[in-house]
Amino acid sequence: MQPTSHAFKENAREALGNANLQKALTLMRSGFPERRAAAIARLPEFEALREEAKAIKNHVLEHLDFYLETFEQQVTARGGQVHWCRTPQEARETVLAICRRLDAKTVTKGKTMIAEEIALNDYLEENGVTPVETDLGEYIIQIRKEYPSHVIAPAIHLVKEQVAASFRATHTELDPNRRLEDAPTLVAEARAVLRQKFLAADVGITGANFCIAETGSTIIVTNEGNGDLTQTLTKAHIVLASLEKLVPTLEDVSTILRVLARSATGQEFSTYTTVSTGPRRPEDTDGPGEFHVVFLDNGRSAMLGTEFQDMLRCIRCGACMNHCPVYATVGGHAYGWVYPGPMGAVLTPTLVGVAEAGHLPNASTFCGRCESVCPMKIPLPKMMRHWREREFEKQLSPAAYRYGLKLWAFFASHPPLYQAATALMTRLLGWFGGPRGRFRSLPLAQGWTQGRDMPAPEGRSFMSLWAERRKNGDAA
Amino acid sequence: MPPVPIRVGLFVTCLVDLFRPSVGFAAVKLLEDAGCSVEVPAAQTCCGQPAYNSGDKADAKTIARQVIDAFDGFDYVVVPSGSCGGMIKQHYLELFADEPAVYQRAQHLAQRTYELVSFLADVLKLERVEARYDGVATYHDSCSGLRELGVKHQPRKLLASVTGLSLKELPGAEICCGFGGTFCIKYPAISDRMVADKAADIVATGADTLLAGDMGCLLNMAGKLTRLGKDVRVRHIAEVLAGMAGETPPIGAGRPERG
Amino acid sequence: MSEARDQILGSIRRSLKRGPLEETQRAGLEQRLAAPRRNLVPARAAALPHAAQIDLFLKMAEEVQTTVMRVARVGDVPAAVADYLSQRNLPSRLVMTPDPQLDDIPWGDRPMLEIRRGRAEDRDQVGVTACFAGIAETGTLMLVSGPESPTRNNFLPETHIVVVRGKQVVASYEEGWTRLREKAMPRTVNFITGPSRTGDIEQRLELGAHGPRRLHIVLIDDEAAS
Repeated sequence: MQPTSHAFKENAREALGNANLQKALTLMRSGFPERRAAAIARLPEFEALREEAKAIKNHVLEHLDFYLETFEQQVTARGGQVHWCRTPQEARETVLAICRRLDAKTVTKGKTMIAEEIALNDYLEENGVTPVETDLGEYIIQIRKEYPSHVIAPAIHLVKEQVAASFRATHTELDPNRRLEDAPTLVAEARAVLRQKFLAADVGITGANFCIAETGSTIIVTNEGNGDLTQTLTKAHIVLASLEKLVPTLEDVSTILRVLARSATGQEFSTYTTVSTGPRRPEDTDGPGEFHVVFLDNGRSAMLGTEFQDMLRCIRCGACMNHCPVYATVGGHAYGWVYPGPMGAVLTPTLVGVAEAGHLPNASTFCGRCESVCPMKIPLPKMMRHWREREFEKQLSPAAYRYGLKLWAFFASHPPLYQAATALMTRLLGWFGGPRGRFRSLPLAQGWTQGRDMPAPEGRSFMSLWAERRKNGDAA
Repeated sequence: MPPVPIRVGLFVTCLVDLFRPSVGFAAVKLLEDAGCSVEVPAAQTCCGQPAYNSGDKADAKTIARQVIDAFDGFDYVVVPSGSCGGMIKQHYLELFADEPAVYQRAQHLAQRTYELVSFLADVLKLERVEARYDGVATYHDSCSGLRELGVKHQPRKLLASVTGLSLKELPGAEICCGFGGTFCIKYPAISDRMVADKAADIVATGADTLLAGDMGCLLNMAGKLTRLGKDVRVRHIAEVLAGMAGETPPIGAGRPERG
Repeated sequence: MSEARDQILGSIRRSLKRGPLEETQRAGLEQRLAAPRRNLVPARAAALPHAAQIDLFLKMAEEVQTTVMRVARVGDVPAAVADYLSQRNLPSRLVMTPDPQLDDIPWGDRPMLEIRRGRAEDRDQVGVTACFAGIAETGTLMLVSGPESPTRNNFLPETHIVVVRGKQVVASYEEGWTRLREKAMPRTVNFITGPSRTGDIEQRLELGAHGPRRLHIVLIDDEAAS
């Protein structure tokens, strides 16, 4: 799937008119914030933990080469293998090569954003390997051929009728007259269908919320248990991870885990937090025979040492989009690619280019709510502004807009000129605003006046009134 | 000898200057009543935020330097806006991080700069105002004031002292109204939806008055409420705290007939 | 592959404007890894006496739809398990891990429990396991893989019953790690907090997404009364 971020405005317009999506977003916009607030109210140390989590990740980023090397040593010592991939293509080929060597027909997948980022599923299918998403939300969007619309709840944009329709269209071996009206039935059907896939799969692919240098372990965090069935029942466990997932020790990851679930869903801890270290041991009676960690760079190493480095602290909790007032109106698909919401607005231009994704960091009011809830204290609005600076340098914004700003800046840096012009404008607009005191429509402001009135100025500028009063001796 | 009054430079902000001078005069009254002497440097226009948020650092710096120069020498600089206040108090420092000489002056300015209600409550330690306003008001927390300058309890505290006014908390008070400066121009459909949601929350409180501390938010919300035909009086909090609400029609509500 | 590795590490170093770390720096970092230190541990459980930690453990577990039962002695466990299953009309046929921690339980006292010791299969509806620790802070079970505790036993059966001893309950994850470091790191460490669930359909909580629909703890109060 190609990114459609360049069409953000059109995507957004569609989203605003999509009744099912709006219904889902209404639920989301109060639900997640309330649950998060309740969870952190129960943990007095939450703010201190945020600071520690930020410090741990900053330390890792400053020494990322060391931690990656150490991690690799540990993985290798336990019989696993680390693969280094610079690009999505290298990562895809690496995964396919493992699957081919093991003669894999189907692979089950736990939720991994990296797999979306490298478009792994299409590639595997083209090459004769069938990938099956097992996270329920990912499974639903897989059969609908959509992008995830949220980093932890990929199918949040859908209502159950849409899910039922997709199940009917896909699970054709089941009785077409069966009832699929409610969530429990849908979940039960997914459980049954996917259980068979788990048992039949040759290879299991998961992501990694964290990679622990101390032990060469990877961690996944799920509520369903799908990631566990994916990695336990198969011949090989392949972990897809971007470089910045490193964390030094088991204690360090415990700190970050404490802020993760609470920020994401308001849970104290996710249902399944699983630490995987190497392949099965010789004496084990289950577990994968092989353990592979596929590291993807795809621009991460280049982000280090730049004004975007802080973005590498992201742990993909989704709190930012859960609290974003823009996301709450348009949902995740409007952003046009894998990563939506505030974190997507910062990350996507890095990965697909600012020409493609320029709208994303612009479609923000900089309200700052994202930054205030980010467990890793990432300054998201600041980095969106950096993207705007890069765009300005490249003159990527529309000409009319740039000229308007230039004009404003010119007047603003010449106060006497500004004050003469504004004294006149305010009189005119105040007069035209008439007794009603507002404009129903205003040339050059159609975007505003389509849905809102524009209140009229009072008719004089403050500076001209103040100057008058001073002259008349009224003011100090 | 009488104590030397605190010398305040008022940064009136472009939206107050152009759309609602009454707010500027209300701010002056509040400051003078609290014992400050207020001056309004002539060489002020804009804080530079539109340029800054559009990625135009050069123009933002030009305008910011102008502000730094114009407000040199005051004990405090007071701004009836969280958005412009935040620009001066926080973002000027980011802007001049690469120019040590100007950075120092920006830092000195930032230390002296306050949003109006925060200045009254936090610096002047005002506990109450002498004002009357009959009505049920609900208060919207403008984003910059809230998150950059910590303006939250101060307006509520001072409003609680206004005779005749009862305050009804706005559900989602901290959610952005959709103005966002350049945002409402670039993404008007999304902005309109955001303000529609905000208007629904406001109307649901049953309040007859909406107050906030930022003209951008107020113009946005007032424009939506009047378009929807809702009978909610929208004012800047300064007007109510200064007891001057009777002197001007609410925002977007028109002039009374002159007889 | 090693070309990619070198390039990636090189790119990292270039971005950080340095070469590979010097020996003293490496040694410092290695030391930090060899002797991991705890960060801030919340007081919630850590500040409690052990008996209260057990209470907290069970309370937090119940909050996430785990059912719990306390028994006074090892000998009470078979009845507790049998009653749990019959009350819910669940099969009395169960798969039990070969975990030695389950060996001293007199399962023969309840002969209607048909027990197979071994690795779980898809047909198994009820599974019984022991655990490595219980984390009081969030009502979390810590289980480790091994020849006597295959990981799939925690996930395949629809009903998962875990026998926990009071002395296995610790305050925090950090204490779990300290205990685990006394052995070799296993292939899998599972932290389990409640039964499997999803909110993926209209944000409604449904249990039993892929893992167990029911999680039941039988806790043996093996601490001497204080």
